[in-house]
Amino acid sequence: MRKYYLLLLFVSIYSCTVFANNHSPKNNPNLPQANAGLQLPAGFTAITVAEGVGRARHIAISPQGTIFYKSSRLVNGKGIFQLIDKNGDGIADSVFGFGNYIGTGIAIKNGYLYASSDEEVFRYKLDAKGNVINPSQPEKIITGLINRHQHESKSIALDNAGNLYVNIGAYSNSCQVNDRTLHSPGRKPCPVLDSAGGIWQFKADKLNQTYGNGIHYAMGLRNVVGLDWNNQTNTLFVMQHGRDQLHDNWPEYFDEKSSAELPAECMYELHKGDNCGWPYIYYDPMQHKKMIAPEFGGDGKQSTTDYNNPVIAFPAHLAPNALMFYTGNQFPEKYKNGAFIAFHGSWNRAPLPQQGYYVVFVPFKNGKPTGKWEIFANGFSGKDVIESTRQADHRPCGLAQAPDGSLYVTDDVKGTIYKISYKK
Amino acid sequence: MIKKIVTGVSILAMAIMVLSFNQNQVSASIARGKQVYNKVCLSCHMIDGGGVPNINPPLAQSSYVVGDKKRIIAIVLNGMTDRIAIDDEYYSNNMAPHSDLTDEEIADVLTYVRNSFGNKASVVTVAEVKVVRSMKK
Repeated sequence: MRKYYLLLLFVSIYSCTVFANNHSPKNNPNLPQANAGLQLPAGFTAITVAEGVGRARHIAISPQGTIFYKSSRLVNGKGIFQLIDKNGDGIADSVFGFGNYIGTGIAIKNGYLYASSDEEVFRYKLDAKGNVINPSQPEKIITGLINRHQHESKSIALDNAGNLYVNIGAYSNSCQVNDRTLHSPGRKPCPVLDSAGGIWQFKADKLNQTYGNGIHYAMGLRNVVGLDWNNQTNTLFVMQHGRDQLHDNWPEYFDEKSSAELPAECMYELHKGDNCGWPYIYYDPMQHKKMIAPEFGGDGKQSTTDYNNPVIAFPAHLAPNALMFYTGNQFPEKYKNGAFIAFHGSWNRAPLPQQGYYVVFVPFKNGKPTGKWEIFANGFSGKDVIESTRQADHRPCGLAQAPDGSLYVTDDVKGTIYKISYKK
Repeated sequence: MIKKIVTGVSILAMAIMVLSFNQNQVSASIARGKQVYNKVCLSCHMIDGGGVPNINPPLAQSSYVVGDKKRIIAIVLNGMTDRIAIDDEYYSNNMAPHSDLTDEEIADVLTYVRNSFGNKASVVTVAEVKVVRSMKK
């Protein structure tokens, strides 16, 4: 009889173990995961505050704490969403949609919410509580920006002198005669650069501005999705998406591995009139040099000293979709005035595994990166290895700082909004 | 009677031979097509034919891939720069023309993608590629 009890005990323990394994949060997607599935430095926690509405691109939070994000897909005809939290528990109960256009850019400055479509920039006056006064009648600030469906998003940032900066991405990979085509030569001068492939400066409060009213602030930037004004240096910082397809188009100079590792994703500090060199050059992060692009006579070995240098370079193809300088007091001292970057995650590293899908932190001192960047939040993709971009469950795309100093991160796969906090 | 049986069996055997010969040809075409895919298509359309969300369209379960053969042959030959919805999604990157591939390479790679990544559709022949190539864009 005793044997039977032992056997029963053994079976029970075994069953419990199996049961526990099968129902641990890691294996059961229906149960909430610790830190919303993210890996964070010690002391940080994350929660999901909203999900499932639209493809959340950039996000903006008012001084009163109202939270708005821009969607690249309309939901019930709306493309901007405000999180509504009636019971004040920090989790959105619902969203309020307005703005009948898709887009990426959104920002708040001096009592206005600014939002971009892929051709225009609008603004909405906010009331004393940080809510939009007239969601159906925004003021049109900028119009007629070029959208040729490649690098079409119009990211925005504002300075403290009444100016608004807009990225107008190049509608081309490397300004070839035939885009992305084997051995197609580059066009010099590149005709894209007169109206795209750079940053334009406009007035933040003037209606119906277009190219003629704006200042061509910086050129030679292929596509910038993440940009932010740095209040310490009083300058604009941008993250460029580097070019693709070195191996596909120039296999005699680049094998699949070097094509996956080249070129760097670069951060630039911009001043009026700067030229960062696209499409004529790309940045090699191993050699720390600006290389002549193969479309313009380069062979992977020729470098140049022309054009701006990046202030810091990151691995290739990670797709930096948001840049944000942290000015809050909640996070430990080392984060103050440093930069967070949301890397959307790569596609152009295939056939090698994809990389990115994380938020990094770059410490800054006296307005310069101090060198070592680190992965701050990882695990968005929900996978150990991503071979094909669509395998990522979530992809970080936007960043915003709340009045209490916590960090919000958007995901444009499922419309998830994460909140990351620190507690000593 | 015996003669009839022998004739019947012979016809059956020949039919099986022709069918299996065709099947072998299809398998060979798919195998060659996979090599073309890995060299020319994979970097944008990915190892699983999944494409890149919002950038490069998927080939897996794509109505453009398993649908009208003339249309998909023309896309390989001429590339694609139009902003059109493919199965209700828009994709931003331009596709380069691949008219430098031979008729056989295009037939092979399309036969491969039409019968991979969960797709099941008829083969594409060299003759069908020739017809589309001879037409003006």
